[in-house]
Amino acid sequence: MGKVDFLQGNEACAEGAIAAGCRFFAGYPITPSTEIAERMSARLPEVGGVYVQMEDEIASLAAVIGASWAGVKAMTATAGPGFSLMQEHMGYAVMAETPCVIVNVQRGGPSTGQPTKASQSDVMQARWGSHGDYEIVALSPSTVQEMYDLTIECFNWSERLRVPAVLLTDEVVGHMRERVVLRDDVETVERELPPEGEEIEKPFPMEPDDLVPPMPVFGRGHRVHVTGLTHDERGYPATDDPEVHRKLVMRLCNKVRKRAREIHEEVGYDFEERESDVALVAYGGCARTVIEAAEELGVTVFRPKVVHPFDPDMIRDLLDGYEVLVVEMNLGQYVEMVERALDRECVHLLGYPGGYPPTPERVIREVKKLSG
Amino acid sequence: MTVVDWKELVRWDRMPHILCPGCGNGTILNALVRVLAEKFEEGELDPDKTVLVSGIGCSSRLPGYVKLDSLHTTHGRPLAFATGIKLANPDLEVIVITGDGDAAAIGGNHLIHAARRNLDVTVICANNYIYGMTGGQVSPTTPRGAKSTTTPYGNPEPPFDLCELVMGAGAPHVERWTTAHPAQLKAAIARALEREGFSFIDVLCQCPTNYGRRNDMRDPREMVEWLRENTSTREEEGKIRIGILRDEEREPFHKRMYDMIEEVRTGEEGD
Repeated sequence: MGKVDFLQGNEACAEGAIAAGCRFFAGYPITPSTEIAERMSARLPEVGGVYVQMEDEIASLAAVIGASWAGVKAMTATAGPGFSLMQEHMGYAVMAETPCVIVNVQRGGPSTGQPTKASQSDVMQARWGSHGDYEIVALSPSTVQEMYDLTIECFNWSERLRVPAVLLTDEVVGHMRERVVLRDDVETVERELPPEGEEIEKPFPMEPDDLVPPMPVFGRGHRVHVTGLTHDERGYPATDDPEVHRKLVMRLCNKVRKRAREIHEEVGYDFEERESDVALVAYGGCARTVIEAAEELGVTVFRPKVVHPFDPDMIRDLLDGYEVLVVEMNLGQYVEMVERALDRECVHLLGYPGGYPPTPERVIREVKKLSG
Repeated sequence: MTVVDWKELVRWDRMPHILCPGCGNGTILNALVRVLAEKFEEGELDPDKTVLVSGIGCSSRLPGYVKLDSLHTTHGRPLAFATGIKLANPDLEVIVITGDGDAAAIGGNHLIHAARRNLDVTVICANNYIYGMTGGQVSPTTPRGAKSTTTPYGNPEPPFDLCELVMGAGAPHVERWTTAHPAQLKAAIARALEREGFSFIDVLCQCPTNYGRRNDMRDPREMVEWLRENTSTREEEGKIRIGILRDEEREPFHKRMYDMIEEVRTGEEGD
């Protein structure tokens, strides 16, 4: 089983990272994520890893990407304003196919907003914050145990797909304390490496197996050129050929999109089916009160742990025929993806701009209004 | 000893390069690959453990022409990427190629902090006083009064002295040369690679296309001549000081970091 502890969500996240094999953390302090950096600064040296506090969030994600190319699993943690600053490098990590984990403990916004209050208003920023077309993986924990478990999943999917993975959590889960099992049977995924000492002529092939090419690592004799520019199979800039760009961007998107269902099934989700006309949908810290309301009302509830990639087929399979109420701590972000998957007329939103999650009573009132 | 020909270090399949005729970056690339070939041949450096990192701009394209592991990053941030590379694997020799806009404007914060930390990297800054790739806009090193596409009436701002800047931030090894001094530039790169810690080489170089054209030095030879005439290895009134401006020793960042890790793990102080 593993060691049982009583931890804060942010502390559990740090422990999950170390269990997943993270040995490099670069970050910049920002509420409400700072305890992750603090725990990492104490814990990483104990396991031979490096903690460095960079000059800002832009530098933090840059250092994380550099460490990843040097062959080390790496992570950073931040909150809204810092996440905004990291967006250019999120795009870089996508384009250069760099595994890395970014924890965003969401707080109220826009701008500096409410540093010590919860929010879920970075859902779309995680998906579309950087310029260009791309896909990433974002997971949303609802408990301290899931802060541990899903951080590990973030590392595993990031390494498997060579994409940045976001632990899209919030202040509620980041700052609460709960019992957590620090499992000792953690399965970790190691990136697929090409053989050492071989120069690689085509490090970015157009159609590799499962669309993810093995990752060359600096210092192993591969002699590769890595760039954020649109590049050909050799990794050389090929910025003026629309066909090269199309093929590259399609592959970068498809390697995530085509495995959307698999990611949902592997990471897991809660689907409590009850005889009801209404189904509630919620994720992250907000889902805790929604689950309580659903139990009390005896209605179906769906809690995804994977926020991105979204799988419309799965949502249709599960929720078709219900009046769906999406509850989230924003004025409507996840709900828009649900609307795309289902009959729009049947999808409703209970949106809070942040601060704290709606109470179960508030959810119950809203459901009663719906069922007339 | 394996003979390492500098020609083997060039990605010939990428030629012709994108640089304009007469560009100073050619001289810098030439010096760099020749020094690297020598270092590899002498066994002082391992080509498989040498990594080039750059940001955005004309000079930042140079690593793409060298057959080594290389990371062409985002505008202004190569030193932040290099910090991760060096700390994650201290066995790697990291060389950062940057320009005046990349290093001192958008990247100014990373520049001073890498110098302060004494990150063990060699920084070669191609300082041509202008944003070349975007078409000739003013940069933080453009001299006062100089013309650019965004200072059509002459630059009203005072320029940065990048060497003074990094020395102020604590850089232990700092040199300034020009493309009119190719032999000295080669020696400077060799020295920088030998030094542990943050080595900074400010290379004043010509951009005939976007700087020279607007400042009465359209011919690259005129600009190289200007660089020769307006620089001096001694303190001289009205001339830019070149040469070794600082050569000290200071413990590099990764060493302190790994000593600390060792101490935490074993409970004993490292050496």
